[in-house]
Amino acid sequence: MANIVLNNLVKKYGNTTAVHGIDLQVKDGEFVVLVGPSGCGKSTTLRMIAGLEDISGGTISIDGRVVNEAEPKDRNIAMVFQNYAIYPHMTVAQNIGFGLYTSKLQESERKKRIEETAQILGLEKLLERRPSQLSGGQRQRVAIGRAMVRNPAAFLFDEPLSNLDAQLRTQMRLEIKKLHQRLGTTIVFVTHDQVEAMTMADRIVVMRDGHILQVGTPMDLYERPADIFTARFIGSPTMNLLPARLIERAGHHVAELDRLGASVALSSAGISDAKGPEVLVGVRPHDLVVGAQAGEGGLCLSGTVSVVEPLGPETLVHLDLGGTSIIASAPGKIIPKAGDHVTVGAQAGSLYLFDSKTERALCRM
Amino acid sequence: MTTTAAALEARLSRRSIRPGRIIAWTLLFLGGVVMMTPILFMLSTSLKDASQVYDLRLIPESPSFDNYIAVLSDGRFLRWFLNSLLVAVCVTVSNVFFDSLVGYTLAKYQFRGRYFIFIAILSTLMIPTEMLVIPWYLMASNLGWIDTYWGIMFPGMMTAFGTFLMKQFFETVPDEFLEAGRVDGLNEFTIWWRVAMPLVTPALSALAIFTFLGNWTAFFWPLIVTNSRDLYTLPVGLSSFAVEQAIQWEMIMTGASLATIPTLAVFLLLQRYIVRGVMLAGLKG
Repeated sequence: MANIVLNNLVKKYGNTTAVHGIDLQVKDGEFVVLVGPSGCGKSTTLRMIAGLEDISGGTISIDGRVVNEAEPKDRNIAMVFQNYAIYPHMTVAQNIGFGLYTSKLQESERKKRIEETAQILGLEKLLERRPSQLSGGQRQRVAIGRAMVRNPAAFLFDEPLSNLDAQLRTQMRLEIKKLHQRLGTTIVFVTHDQVEAMTMADRIVVMRDGHILQVGTPMDLYERPADIFTARFIGSPTMNLLPARLIERAGHHVAELDRLGASVALSSAGISDAKGPEVLVGVRPHDLVVGAQAGEGGLCLSGTVSVVEPLGPETLVHLDLGGTSIIASAPGKIIPKAGDHVTVGAQAGSLYLFDSKTERALCRM
Repeated sequence: MTTTAAALEARLSRRSIRPGRIIAWTLLFLGGVVMMTPILFMLSTSLKDASQVYDLRLIPESPSFDNYIAVLSDGRFLRWFLNSLLVAVCVTVSNVFFDSLVGYTLAKYQFRGRYFIFIAILSTLMIPTEMLVIPWYLMASNLGWIDTYWGIMFPGMMTAFGTFLMKQFFETVPDEFLEAGRVDGLNEFTIWWRVAMPLVTPALSALAIFTFLGNWTAFFWPLIVTNSRDLYTLPVGLSSFAVEQAIQWEMIMTGASLATIPTLAVFLLLQRYIVRGVMLAGLKG
């Protein structure tokens, strides 16, 4: 097991900077997920940790040792790739054993390790098969097995679930999480899927354009997003953002949603950080419930149903509020029809306020 | 049911007598005749004695294997056969090794001048062999390689075509395979040998087959670089049956028939790879 420290890490390709001096500490045994849209620098960061990309600036330390110049093999890490990278000309046993190619283990010990790894991953009956005879999930397990067999200090996963279908992805997510609980090895996992990040991570690192925007536990990020990007990226469906103006009415701060004819009372905390009167009121679809009363300090809106998405336990309702589209939720048994006029309400405490200019979060209300 | 069966039969019969199909089969048949006729005459002539050579009947009047006995009992033929085998095998092994090594380097490593080197190698494809023969000869002469095995083999030990072919194929190998090897602690040579090479087996097969056949039938350069009969390759040796006073066609054809055995064996055994190789390499057969 190992801790990994990135200090002012920079990656440049010619004149383009892909990673802008990021700092991150991954604790021993921690499961950290780097999440962000394509091109945000998350895979580049992971590849720099693995030693597959040169570093343009800063340092990477693994277990207290600076490894900037160390070859991948000298970092004591193992990596699982997006396309599995299991060798088609080798059997499952040979693929798993390939991770031990350079180790000077005796054949019996080597065989024992392969069998143990296969047993953990449920591959013991497939050891003589070729990758072409395996399903996507089995291939992914072989790739994980090849990484595991070396007993590395840390695992690096580069979008390993993105090629699997939805059902298998859910299953593998669970298996990787169980594996982490069993082995306790440090894991850095890259994905663009916020659901993967939320369900597996001890901590999530949200990246955008080569910068780290926020680091925190999944619930931290969900409950207290630092900016609009994180607020919209974490949580599905994405948070509704409604344009508003900060005004003072009868000595109280109010966010006036002009176009929607609604307003929300604000406490003064956090409002002083606003760079102007233009703000965005954020509300998650699950907090905006069809037919619910807003109560004091809450938000109440009316609109026409445009699309309905029944999901079983709940129904997602797309509303048109006179040109502004929002998503609300309704209990699963209530399925409004397109064209119905409905009222939706969010309780006080479930609303977020963001500065339109800086895109930073101002307060929760 | 009967109606359906009848309709199906009518459709099938219409399909089988489509004019396009008749033309295609006729052209293929004519092509087959054109290709097979020289081979049949070669076999036919090898079964005739000297007096019957210019008798153009395909089936000899009194066929005999005397020519085969004569050729095989002449130690020179076996020597030329082994010379050809040695040259073809050595050049093939060398091409498979070096062409793929250089192709891999050009495909998978980023370094200054990579593109220039690739273009330089590729541009040699545009120089015809006839233009290269004199420089090769001068080089061989200066280095004392005339009339040696090395002299026969050195121009073909690595080819621009093979390098180009292998580079194109290595480019299709996902980098993740190689990176997985690096993370697993393999050195670069082992990654090439253990990981990358098995992934381009179809291309390697194609390269090996074409190189072997090309060298087995090579005539021009071996003729120029060899003086002593002991170093002749099979095509050069067979041509020595044609002397000024008398061309021994029956002996040439017997030798040629025997010489086609390895070629035929390669074709029959590796037919699947050859067809795939031709498709992969985008070559005309």
